[in-house]
Amino acid sequence: MNPTLSPLNPPSAAATNAVFIRRSLTLSLRNTESLLMAIILPVMLMLLFTYVFGGAIAPGGDYANYVVPGIILLCAGYGAATTAVDVSTDMTNGIIDRFRTMPIRSLSVVTGHVAASLARNLVATGVVIGVALLVGFRPNGTFVEWVAALGVIVLFILTLTWLYAAIGLVAGSPSAASGYGFILLFLPYLSSAFVPIDTMPDWLRGVARHQPITPLIETIRGLLLGTPVGDNAWIGAVWCAGLILIALVWCGAAFRKRAGRR
Amino acid sequence: MKLAIEVKGLRKSFGGQTVLGGVDISVAEGEIYALLGPNGAGKTTLINILTTLVPADGGSARIAGYDVASEGGKVKQSISLTGQFAAVDEMLTAEENLRMMCRLSGMTAAESKRRTEELLRRFDLSGAARKRVKTFSGGMRRRVDLAISLVASRPVLFLDEPTTGLDTVSRRALWDIIAELKASGMTIFLTTQYLEEADQLADRIGVVNGGRIVAEGTAAELKARVGGEVIELTSEREQWSRTVATTGSVQDIGRVLNALAPTLPPDTQVTIRRPSMDDVFIALTHQTSEVSVS
Repeated sequence: MNPTLSPLNPPSAAATNAVFIRRSLTLSLRNTESLLMAIILPVMLMLLFTYVFGGAIAPGGDYANYVVPGIILLCAGYGAATTAVDVSTDMTNGIIDRFRTMPIRSLSVVTGHVAASLARNLVATGVVIGVALLVGFRPNGTFVEWVAALGVIVLFILTLTWLYAAIGLVAGSPSAASGYGFILLFLPYLSSAFVPIDTMPDWLRGVARHQPITPLIETIRGLLLGTPVGDNAWIGAVWCAGLILIALVWCGAAFRKRAGRR
Repeated sequence: MKLAIEVKGLRKSFGGQTVLGGVDISVAEGEIYALLGPNGAGKTTLINILTTLVPADGGSARIAGYDVASEGGKVKQSISLTGQFAAVDEMLTAEENLRMMCRLSGMTAAESKRRTEELLRRFDLSGAARKRVKTFSGGMRRRVDLAISLVASRPVLFLDEPTTGLDTVSRRALWDIIAELKASGMTIFLTTQYLEEADQLADRIGVVNGGRIVAEGTAAELKARVGGEVIELTSEREQWSRTVATTGSVQDIGRVLNALAPTLPPDTQVTIRRPSMDDVFIALTHQTSEVSVS
């Protein structure tokens, strides 16, 4: 042990991110209950909407095709919500102080959780699509359209996860983070995910039309099922870009503020 | 003598409540300095400021020559912190925790592996290396925590209440490790609420109360401040005891005993002993009449 300045150079931002992404992925894999839910939930929701609600909503029997994009986003919402709890757990545990006294950009710990959320939710999306194909989902998208749809899904997951990360940073405890997180989970129900907007009362249509989920759902539907996409693609992209920007700024501010308080 | 830690007039308030009211501390390189004080005295706040976690409201602090406020990056390369709560990932194994910290300190994968094995051996954790920290006892967790702090061999180590909540055996084991670290030339700044710990480990002790250093010196110097000898009076029948500080002279001890004798229970026994750190602590932080006899 040498009582002089340590000769080690701080790791690069990329190396730091890689370490934190690996950490969050490992933690995700070891949190068995949460991982199991991330896989069972999509299956249950897919079956619930197709067989329980499907008959009433679309007596013609084509509800699986209509509802798949909605279920994908709904599941992504549940999966991303875990991020709020994970981030809050790190912030209330002594480990964040250790990271913050190391010569690294400690906000990277949040980046790690976001990357893990993306991975978890893509698995869940795969499960949804698999089950959907079994219960009557018949997409007709080309390879390029599938890639584009996947891009939209990734964008949505990232947007939501960064918002949840910010919630995790401002929440006082992991259970509070979990509670606040529920608010965002209602958004898919107030969109064209499960029923066409035209069937809603007038006052609700405005809300349903002017929120980020509807254009994203319509874009995915268009890409996979050939319905008209129209302006939805860029409206959805603008929503996501705007929300990610807000979430990032919010995360940065919340992280610094939280730091000063402790 | 080079200073590893230099604190001048450090102040901090939270919401109008003063936590640190002008603290001055100097710690030489290679020294162990113990900050001794009751809960809420401002110990953790001081550590948080010195480790760049929290900005001070006023005054200055330099670590290894670098200013905490303006040269945070350099400070972070000179310190490591073991906080009050074990800062380890419970769902990861001891080995994974250490490797992660090695990587975050800038080591390559190969260096990380080597250093991790070295630290696991040194802290007697090799057998449990592949077990999740969640399954560890408090003492083992603390050892992992301390091992992580030593990953990058920083010259200044901060330990915030390192043995709080540990059993006697684990506490002694940790003391041995801390003594070894000192022997290797590290500067160690620790906080504790245990007098015995400060007495055992520290070269110098600062007693903090109400956000100020109320006394500073070696354990012997602090004990001397309380007086020469302490008279301890106990009555078993009445379940009563009292300590009185004296100058240590025969006259003074006689005077105290003569003055008190008529008021004492008939079975009172007397012991005369050197002052303990407890006497120092109580004298300096509580100012009770028991220890100051005129």
